[in-house]
Amino acid sequence: MSEKVQVNKQDFTVREDSFYQGVKDCIPTLLGYLSIGFAAGVVGKTSGLSLLEITLMSTMIYAGSAQFIMAGMIASHGSVTAIILTVFIVNLRHLLLSAAVSPYFRHLTSFKTMLIGTLLTDETFGVAMNKAMNRTSLDEKWMHGLNVTAYLNWIIATIAGAFFGQWITEPEKFGLDFALTGMFIGLLVLQMVSRKKFFKDLMVAVCAVGLVIGSSYFLSGSMAVIAATVIAATLGMAVEKWR
Amino acid sequence: MEIRWHILLAIIGASVVTLLPRVLPLVVLSRMQLPDWAMRWLNYVPVAVMAALIGQELFMNDGKLDISRNYTEILAAVPTFATAILTRSLLGTVVVGILTVMVLRFIL
Repeated sequence: MSEKVQVNKQDFTVREDSFYQGVKDCIPTLLGYLSIGFAAGVVGKTSGLSLLEITLMSTMIYAGSAQFIMAGMIASHGSVTAIILTVFIVNLRHLLLSAAVSPYFRHLTSFKTMLIGTLLTDETFGVAMNKAMNRTSLDEKWMHGLNVTAYLNWIIATIAGAFFGQWITEPEKFGLDFALTGMFIGLLVLQMVSRKKFFKDLMVAVCAVGLVIGSSYFLSGSMAVIAATVIAATLGMAVEKWR
Repeated sequence: MEIRWHILLAIIGASVVTLLPRVLPLVVLSRMQLPDWAMRWLNYVPVAVMAALIGQELFMNDGKLDISRNYTEILAAVPTFATAILTRSLLGTVVVGILTVMVLRFIL
């Protein structure tokens, strides 16, 4: 046992695809996760959820937007069915993320890809796609390192938020609510500068923004995100094909 | 410190409907060779989804276009984008974004 640990330790420093490297690659997103998780904990607490309920939510659901919406619906006494249905719609965009990373895990068994998908989020997806640039596959251990770090950080952050929530009344004052936007901006820019499709990417991005605003007049927020993503990605695909 | 029955039910249900969309495409699509056009389409999903989420965060409130209430965030997005382009650091981008919003809310 001790021998095995030592061998792994050596791997840590050498291999770019190790679990440990995944942990390291997750670090830039930790602050974002911390502040959003913290905010989710505060909001959960102020909606009347107990610390245990908040912890259970983070452990089992592990999706920021879903947890914010649930807290709101629980505070306004929404029905269990309505809550589950709303969470389903909000998280449908994970279908697209999961589909987009799937080509990089062809070498794994179904069970192993299932484990990877279980902890997939907007942020770990962004980091994974940046890593996937100019490669055909992603390492399983690296992905677990990234996913598990993000997951634990999220649970700790929401518990801390729930705990300190009793004293913090205005998290907005500290700009914490902007952490999510800031992280999405960072992930978008990193994605765009690291591949040689800048103008097509820019067109897709601008279209997506326009579409999400336009479609909000007849779709709910999360459905608007899905519609905008599908249409904008299709435009990108079409333009690339014609040229 | 307790867990209420209906909350537990909601959490279990929500966890199932969150898990399925995360897992199913990965398990199914990584089993088969996707055609070229599908791969090309998937290639644009990251940029499209991130841009859509940013658009929603920056320009909308409660699902409607609302620039007047979001001007702090829209202003803060400028240095945030600049930091991302210049430093290519995710952490730096998030920190600059948060600090800008904090300062703007303090001044304005």
